[in-house]
Amino acid sequence: MWHKIKDFSSEFFVTGDPLILGAQVSIAITLVAIVFTLTYFKKWRWLWTEWLTTVDHKRIGIMYIIASILMLFRGGVDALLMRVQLAAPQLEFLHADHYNAIFTTHGVIMILFMAMPLMFGLFNIVVPLQIGARDVAFPFLNSLSFWMFFFGAMLFNVSFIIGGSPDAGWLAYPPLSELSGSPGVGQDFYIWGIQISGIGSLATGINFVVTILKMRAPGMKLMQMPMFSWSVLSSCVTIMFAFPILTVTLFLLFLDRYLGAHFFTLDGGGNPMMYINLIWMWGHPEVYIVILPAFGIFSEIVATFSKKKLFGYKSMVFALMSISFFSFFTWAHHFFTMGSGANVNAFFAITTMLIAIPTGVKVFNWLFTMYRGKLSFPTPMLWTIAFIPCFVVGGMTGVLLSVAPADFQFHNSYFLIAHFHQVLIGGVVFGYFAGLYYWWPKMFGFRLHEGLGKWAFWFWNIGFYVCFMPQYALGLMGMTRRFNEYDFDMGWQPLNVVSTVGAFLMGLAFIFQVWQIAHSIKFLKKETSGDAWDGRTLEWSIPSPAPMYNFARTPVVTSQDDWWEKKQRRLRGEAELPEVAAAEKAPLEPIHMPRNSGIPFIMSTCWFVAGFGFVWDWKWMIVLGLAGVIISMLARSFSYNTDYYIPVDEIERTEAAARGAH
Amino acid sequence: MRSKFRMLATGLFLAMVFLISGCSSEQYIVLDPKGPIGESQKDLILISTLLCAVIIVPVLILTAIIVWRYRDRPGRKAAYKPEWEHNTKLEVTWWSIPIVIIIILGAVTVYYTYKLEPSKAIASDKEPITIQVTSMDWKWLFKYPGEDIATVNYVKFPEDTPIRFQLTSDTAMNSFWIPQLGGQLYSMSGMAMTLYLQADEQGSYYGSGANFNGEDFAQMTFTADAVSQEEYDAWVEEVKADAPALTMDGYKELQKPGRSDVQLFSSFPEGLFEQIVTQYVEEGSSGAHSHHGGGAEASTDEEAASDEHASHGAEETEAANASHEGHAGH
Repeated sequence: MWHKIKDFSSEFFVTGDPLILGAQVSIAITLVAIVFTLTYFKKWRWLWTEWLTTVDHKRIGIMYIIASILMLFRGGVDALLMRVQLAAPQLEFLHADHYNAIFTTHGVIMILFMAMPLMFGLFNIVVPLQIGARDVAFPFLNSLSFWMFFFGAMLFNVSFIIGGSPDAGWLAYPPLSELSGSPGVGQDFYIWGIQISGIGSLATGINFVVTILKMRAPGMKLMQMPMFSWSVLSSCVTIMFAFPILTVTLFLLFLDRYLGAHFFTLDGGGNPMMYINLIWMWGHPEVYIVILPAFGIFSEIVATFSKKKLFGYKSMVFALMSISFFSFFTWAHHFFTMGSGANVNAFFAITTMLIAIPTGVKVFNWLFTMYRGKLSFPTPMLWTIAFIPCFVVGGMTGVLLSVAPADFQFHNSYFLIAHFHQVLIGGVVFGYFAGLYYWWPKMFGFRLHEGLGKWAFWFWNIGFYVCFMPQYALGLMGMTRRFNEYDFDMGWQPLNVVSTVGAFLMGLAFIFQVWQIAHSIKFLKKETSGDAWDGRTLEWSIPSPAPMYNFARTPVVTSQDDWWEKKQRRLRGEAELPEVAAAEKAPLEPIHMPRNSGIPFIMSTCWFVAGFGFVWDWKWMIVLGLAGVIISMLARSFSYNTDYYIPVDEIERTEAAARGAH
Repeated sequence: MRSKFRMLATGLFLAMVFLISGCSSEQYIVLDPKGPIGESQKDLILISTLLCAVIIVPVLILTAIIVWRYRDRPGRKAAYKPEWEHNTKLEVTWWSIPIVIIIILGAVTVYYTYKLEPSKAIASDKEPITIQVTSMDWKWLFKYPGEDIATVNYVKFPEDTPIRFQLTSDTAMNSFWIPQLGGQLYSMSGMAMTLYLQADEQGSYYGSGANFNGEDFAQMTFTADAVSQEEYDAWVEEVKADAPALTMDGYKELQKPGRSDVQLFSSFPEGLFEQIVTQYVEEGSSGAHSHHGGGAEASTDEEAASDEHASHGAEETEAANASHEGHAGH
């Protein structure tokens, strides 16, 4: 009996690595501490009723952001471990198999479990407020999306201490990801973690498309919508077409591994190259999915801090939508070196270059929004200004990579690594940070400490260039990605050391950000005006943090930058437009709201159980999990008490408390 | 606080400059090509960088000027026009600039894409030497069908002679890359890809597997030596005389996952490469593999070129030489 348990646990838990043992111990301690704190302060009920069951888009947004920051920490630690290994490969800090697992999890976590949820968090918090809606179109589905993402991410992360991490690269090319290449459970954790969270992502995409198309405040035409909402629309449309490809591709890989199918195997008529095509048909649109909302954020911030209308609104909309469209026709540029022939390569080189055109136009429009503006530089604007040169250079190296015959020399080298980190950090991360700083007062009702924010900003920026500029040079020196060691004779070490120093500077920057948040909570500087930055769009017209129903009266919109125009009319002492005045004077009415529900949380937990069962092929667990999923669906189908009305006197009290503060 | 910060930033910058200048320019092997393919690719890299710089540099300067000039401060002279949001002329201008640049770059790219198609023979008065390359777990096997010798993790060929590399894999995909001779091409199981390279001068060149294929992937580096014809002939003789033969059992030994030192073999089992390429083709099947399995008649390598109608137009004469002989195989 004892032997059985011992055998089982040595297979079940990852053993024998001091780094992982340390992590296991610290995870256990953290869990115990959390349980203890919640019990000691009697916060279990609060956690359940206020957060785990909430369908409020603002709270779901905050949970997305917390989860993504935790994932940023884990992905960042992965990155630092790799950089230590590459700075001094002689030390054999990481063995090859461990290194392979780390670059795999770093990629998956940063794209799918850091960038995506941070993006969804900002969607959730901002979009309904920007378009004057009370919530998203499907609040229950929204909560389900979050918990599917969360449990998918947890399932993926648990592989680190239980069963072993996947190590076939972040896109898991077969045959490495087939049973023949990865007989362990790591790859199954990969498949199920991404599948479960991927369903959540797809649902979020649908949810926001419907929200934006159907729930805009009266009077808000599509062409008057704030640019961030436009970028969310373009991103979500892309999600709707791209994520099903991912789901199907991973499902086929699952069939190969679980039922012995031969879609992507070497033998039995399978073709691994088909997987590479399919995964990039999702993978390329995916990077546009995450960058488009960043473009939207920059557009909002540039206009606000230039105190000027966004230049070239129509151009911007057209550019967003055309990028979203063309993103589906560039996938093969990820493997020009597959030898598909000159016609195929020429086609995909041209489509890739085409995307540079609308992107370039956007840069010009941001510049000319600042031109003849009145610029101020608080942290959100700093990130925006830093983004422009960084992204322009990253975009340029992207165009270089799209030149197919030249790509034969860049492909899979550190030149490529430097390029996509420059656009993903310089574009996506800088963008989401800018958004986070910009909307923070709206989310929480207090400001972040500017000084610490500037320290973080400079460390991030300097760290970024010190880390990634040398990697372009390393690529031209012939250094290939995913090497865990190299000969000293190649002369790659000095630049690798520099790069590692840069990575640690970014690590320091992250610490500054955590410090900034902690400091700002301690010395709470309340933001009571609701309009922290003299903003232009509807979200700044209501108190911070927004009351649960967002708008006491549904706003009537008459122009782009509606809130700014209204403030201008007030400044000029003009009378309010009749239709707006009528809406504002209308008596309060009870507000129809969705009820909280525990079903999304429970159903996602069941998915986690089923996924865990599939990973280990424990049939009883699969049945248990899937049964739970079906019961949850039935329970939802038969629950009729899903909404309620907030009475007028409660609205009055809430508004008085929020408005009374200033 | 600010001055300390500046010192730190300056120090870091200087350290970086020092370290980068410490590396000699020879180390940038991609930009130091020794063969016609690598030369053309370097030219293309420089042309495209220049074309991009035409647009990037002014944008960077413009950014700096605008951010500086329009910052908010008391008593500034710059104009402030909060409602100025559209100007057809300006917008048409910056739609056109990138369009023009992309049209030029696109034309250059398409020209080079056909010119540098990897399976296209290099024009030369010398007969190309065929080397069959197999990526394995985790080593490179090179076979010389003309000379009937084989090597592991080492390849040698004469200078000024086109080399026709035929690439396949006996395991996960890898990518065959000798940066100083030219760009890489995937080695994939179940098919034979053709990559022509040539060294214009003698030298010892770094080669690697550029696509991750499992645990000891980083060990898949090799040296490619380009030597004089005489030296090459002597080396072949020497290998034939002194090295052991590669038997089928020896090959099975090589298939076992693991790293390997340089090995030389005086012969190899006949048709081994074809066997590796066609091992997944089932009797009578006509699936994707058998199509690519053009490698079965390993000399019929020009399927890419022929499929793509490369024989149209200007390339006709060059491509015709190389590709038509193999068509019978399809």
